Parts: sequence; structure tokens; C-alpha cells
Amino acid sequence: MLSSVLRLTDFSLEKEAFPIGARAIIALGLKTALMFTVEVNHITKTYGTRAVVNDVSFTVNPGEILGLIGPNGAGKTTTIRMMMDIIQPDSGDIKILGEKLTEASKNSIGYLPEERGLYKKLNIVDSIVYFAALKGMDSQLARKRADDLLKRVEMLPHKNKKIEELSRGMGQIIQVIVTVIHDPKLIILDEPTAGLDPVNAQLLKDMMLELRNQGKTVIMSTHRMNEIEEMCDRILMINHGQTVLYGGIRDIKSKFRGNSVLVEADNLPGEIEGVAERRDHRNATELVLDGKTTPQQLLGWLVTRGITVNRFEIATPSLNEIFIKVAGNGHE
Amino acid sequence: MNKTTLIARHEFLVTIRRRAFIIFTLAFPLLAIFGILAAQVISGLAKPPAALETVGYIDQAGGFTDFTSQGSVTIKPFTIPGDAQKALLDNSIKEYFVIPPDYLQTGAIQRYTLNRQLDTSGKTEQVIRDFLLGNLLKGKNSQAVIDRVKAPLNMTSIILTASGEVAPNQGGFAAFIIPYIFGLLLLMSIFFSSGYLLQGLGEEKENRVMEILLSSVSARQLLAGKVIGLGAAGLLQVIIWLFSAQFLARYASSTWGAIIGNLQVPAEFLILGTVYFILGYLLFAVLMAGVGAVSPTAREGQQLSTLFTATGVIPLMFMQFIIENPNHVVSQAMTIIPITAPITVMIRLGITEIPMWQIAASIAVMILAIFGCFVLAAKLFRTFLLMYGKRPDFREIMRSFRKA
Repeated sequence: MLSSVLRLTDFSLEKEAFPIGARAIIALGLKTALMFTVEVNHITKTYGTRAVVNDVSFTVNPGEILGLIGPNGAGKTTTIRMMMDIIQPDSGDIKILGEKLTEASKNSIGYLPEERGLYKKLNIVDSIVYFAALKGMDSQLARKRADDLLKRVEMLPHKNKKIEELSRGMGQIIQVIVTVIHDPKLIILDEPTAGLDPVNAQLLKDMMLELRNQGKTVIMSTHRMNEIEEMCDRILMINHGQTVLYGGIRDIKSKFRGNSVLVEADNLPGEIEGVAERRDHRNATELVLDGKTTPQQLLGWLVTRGITVNRFEIATPSLNEIFIKVAGNGHE
Repeated sequence: MNKTTLIARHEFLVTIRRRAFIIFTLAFPLLAIFGILAAQVISGLAKPPAALETVGYIDQAGGFTDFTSQGSVTIKPFTIPGDAQKALLDNSIKEYFVIPPDYLQTGAIQRYTLNRQLDTSGKTEQVIRDFLLGNLLKGKNSQAVIDRVKAPLNMTSIILTASGEVAPNQGGFAAFIIPYIFGLLLLMSIFFSSGYLLQGLGEEKENRVMEILLSSVSARQLLAGKVIGLGAAGLLQVIIWLFSAQFLARYASSTWGAIIGNLQVPAEFLILGTVYFILGYLLFAVLMAGVGAVSPTAREGQQLSTLFTATGVIPLMFMQFIIENPNHVVSQAMTIIPITAPITVMIRLGITEIPMWQIAASIAVMILAIFGCFVLAAKLFRTFLLMYGKRPDFREIMRSFRKA
């Protein structure tokens, strides 16, 4: 769709509705505004005869958080590694910030891999400064920013401690700081909250939301569906190397919405017209409609019978349920 | 500062702070100090007492009356065997010998001593030999002839070039020992430095730092940075060793000092030594990097690397052969084969003039080998550095060379 927008824009400009200089400025501005932070086109990676990633395409818009989900071994990490140019796809292409990944554009990415660690013998601040320097950041500036970030996570007094002296959670927070120290435009986090206690996990989530609010683009791979629901704008689900779900969370949920409602009511009768099945949950009753009756008709039927309805909600599955359903189908 | 330089600096600083590096770097001079002190103590203990020794003899052949003073040994005549034996038993002489009447026909001498020995000591034999020679030749020859008969050969060899001029490299112990020591230092330093590279890679794999590094730099930048940084650390180690050797030479005993003082290092050797140190290190480093990439742990990497280190020491195993046959086709082949070239060239340099074409071919082949191994090691880096806990099989490695 975006391509067609761009083509439409180009077409309008060719009509010479604007002077040449203005056309160039408008074209540049529109393209910049419409440029995806990440554009992945039909990438495939095969090991032996097994396609670990098979024809996966997606885009990530500036300032959004994309959740990358899928069962273990689905191809998420391989996809991320191809985006980072750590491994190369057999076919397809990837653009980061509008171009193929270069040394310069690598510096615009903050990456927290799933398999992560730091030099155990180095102290915290030297570790942060070294990795920041590898991202092209000035060492003095990195040292100052490291102090700011360490202060924020209340670890400034420990900055001269060796990495090997830190707990796993503290080490992981340092790794997150290493990921964002150079103020990247795109942040890729592979299982960022794995191994973190709830306090540190919340700290990390707050940091990510703040980054999003600053206009950064975030791609987050996780198995925790609650985190996806809390934080992500869109999701991409991969299973057996292929895209099985891709879109906004609300759209995906509505796509998986069943023909049932959740009702909390006093004296709910045993027989209800238009209801094919009834399931009692702890706080509500789920009524599965027969296919001919709409939720509005059901609500009308209950009200006309003088039944006090405290809650009436169209039942939508949780992301977790959708995940299990889709991943389960894939396994079958 | 570019990323390769940053990695090189980091690797250099991390390596020189390693406990193992500090210990090995200091161990060489410390061992040398210990050796010098021990040598001085031992030589002090072995020195003969200031008191002169007396050896008795009984002349039954007749005519053995002169040359009774042989350095620190006085040879005292006895006429009755019982007197000589009594003198031996009361320790007034150290030992005595009898020149029988038929000595001129048989050359037989009986020696009497209180010490149990496997064989007569060289010093005693020399003293008796000089005494007998002096007396046998006296009156018939001049002292100069007698001295020459005692020591007839003091040979100096002069090596000529093909054009008949005196060759600048005259070989010999002094010319051989420096290349030999340099070769050993080269080998030690190459093995230590490439060992650190292997250890560092193993640790980075085990610490899971590798993927973070590869998200910032390319596999080639990472490899080049590591090789340069660790090479600099190895070079620093050799420089410290060489400087400490020069410093220690001044404090060595007079004998050691004389030997070391006679050692001269030709400029040609220094230049070639440095060139082969750098090339040798680079070759082993990229080989070790390849090994490190395919090894799941530092320990497995060390085990796998012995394949190359064992090949590297082949010239030392063949040293006797190379010294005796420096221009044999095997010695020439080992000069050209990259993995054996650095040590072989060092050994041959001290023995012979290596033809220029062989040096040029050897350096050219080494540079090609380093470049080729670097490209292949970078491919292995890219493919296998993120493979944790699993060693790829041969087919996977070959596939990575084709694909990466």
C-alpha cells in the first residue's frame, strides 16, 4: 500500500504541479516521513534441507513497537540475526532505515541478543564505554551517558564493580544499557525480560515505552504474551519459519473473535433463546451464540425478561490463546 | 579510531593484564636470573681448592725426572712402592702411579687411588699424559715442538663466498646460537599469542559476548582487530625478553659474558627475524582464529590447535638434520612451506647463506597463505562463532567456505 502511495506521490509530482526545487523537497520529505525503519522482503534461510526462515516479509514503522512471537525454534532469532547482518539470507533483502545494512547503519541499531553476555573481568563502566565506542560513540560522551543511565537504574555506586560480581538481573540491566547507550534509532531486543525479576522487568518495560515515546522503533521478541499486549502496536508471529500472523493486535484479536459473549447477570435462566452452548467461568458465564442470533438480539432478549445485566462483553480471545491456537495448528 | 583499532587496543590491554601473560613474560628473565645465580653458585662450589695437589709416581722405566710441575699439580717421585702407598694412606699425596720397566713397549701405567671412580678423571689423565710426553720428547725436540705435540690442532674455518671472498656470515656457535634463540623465542611468542587468541575466543563464546560484538562490527574487523592486538602483545613480550637478555648479560659470570659478548647479530638477520616473526605470528593467529571459531569451548580449541602447533615445531625436531644439511631439498622445502618456514629460516640463517630466491619465495608463499587463511577464518567466524556448545563436522565447515 505504501508503495502505491509513493507511486501516487511521484505521479503527482511528475504533473509539474510544483516547481522543481519544491518537488524535490516535497518528495524527500514524503519519502522520509513514509520510510519504514525496517523493511524485510521475502527472506529465506535454509540449513541443509530445512528452511529455518521461509519467505518472511514485514515492515516496521518509525516509532512503533513490533512484537516478534513464535514457538521455540520458529525462526525468530534467525530472522533477527539476518536483520543484523550477522548471518546472510539465501534470498530476499532487508533494508534498515531505508538502505541495506552498512557500518554506519549498524551504529543506528541497538541490539540485545538472546544469547548475551559481557566481559566478566571488565568493570561496568568500561564495558559500557567499550561497546559504545564500537558503535561509533565518543568515549567521553559515552562515559557521561553511562553515568546518567546507571544513575537512573540506581547502579551508579557500583559502576567500578567487575561484571562477574553482578547478579544475573543486574548484568542484564547493564546489557540493556549497552544496547541503548549510543541513542540508536532502532532497538532490537530478543527476550529482553527473560531472567528478570518483576521489578527489573517493569523497569525495562518503562524504558522501552519511553524509547517509543522518543520516536525510537523497537522490535521485541518474547514468549510473554502479556508483555506483547501491554507494549506492542503490532505483532509478527512466525511458526516453522513462515509468517502465520501479522498485523495490529486489535485487528488480530477481532479476527480470532468467536461467536460468544461474556455475561454477568443476576438470575440468568437455564434456557436462553439463540444460545447454542453455555460455559460457566468463575466471574462470568460465556454464552456461545447459535450463529443466527446477534449479541444485540441476545442483550435485548435478556433485558426484556427483566434480567439485571451487570456485564455484557463480546468475548475476544487473549493473545496467549491465539498463540496457542496458531502454534498448535502449526504442530498438527 | 576505527573499529578494528578499537578491538586491537581492547585485546592488547586485556591480554597484557592477563595473569598468564604477566607470569610468562616475567618468567623468562626470572628464570635467567635464577640460572645465572645457580651457575655462579655451582661453579663456585666446583672450583678446586686453593691448595696444590700432589700426585706420586714410581719410575721403573727410567728417564722420567722432569716436567714434575703441571699447573696446580706437583708430581712427586718415589723409589719404593711402600713409601708411595704409605704417603697415599696418610693423605700426603692424592694418588700415585707406577711407570713399569716395559712402559715403552706397552704404554701401560698402573694408577693407585683411594677413590672409587668409574674412570680416571680427565684432569688426572691430562696431567699424567703431559708429564709422560714431556719426558719422552725432552732433549730431542724444542719446547715449541713438545707443546705442539701436546696440542697439535687449533683450527679456524673460513667460509668463502662463490666469488672467493670471505663470507660475512662465518657460521659457528656465535652465528648459530642467536638465530636458534630467536627461533625459540619466536615459537614461544607465536604459540603464547595465538593461544591467547584461542582462549579469548573461547571465553567470548562461553560469555556470549560474540553476538553483541558482531552486531557492531563485521567478522573481518573482529578477526583483524584480535590478530593485531594480540600480535602487539606477543611482540611486547619478545621485546621485554630481548631487553632483559641484554641487561642480564652484563650481570652474567665472566664466562657467560664472554660468550654473549662475542655474539653479534647481523642486520640481515634482524630484518629477516622481524619479518618472519610478524608473518609467522599472523599465520598461526589466523589458523588459531579458525580453530577458535569452530571449537565450542576454550579447552576444545586448545586441543584442536595442537594440530597446528605440532606442525610448527617440526623444524625443531629436524634441527640436527637442518644443521648438517642446510641446503638439502628437505631443508629448502621446509623453508617454503608456510607453517614450517619461520623456524627453518631462523635455523638455516645461522648455518648457511640462504639464496635470495628461497627467501623471496618463502615470504611470498607465507603472505599468500596468511591472506587465504584470513579469508577462510573470517568465513568460519561468520558461520560458527554463534554456534554454542556444538562442534561443526567437516562437511559443515566445507559448506561454510563455499557459502559464507
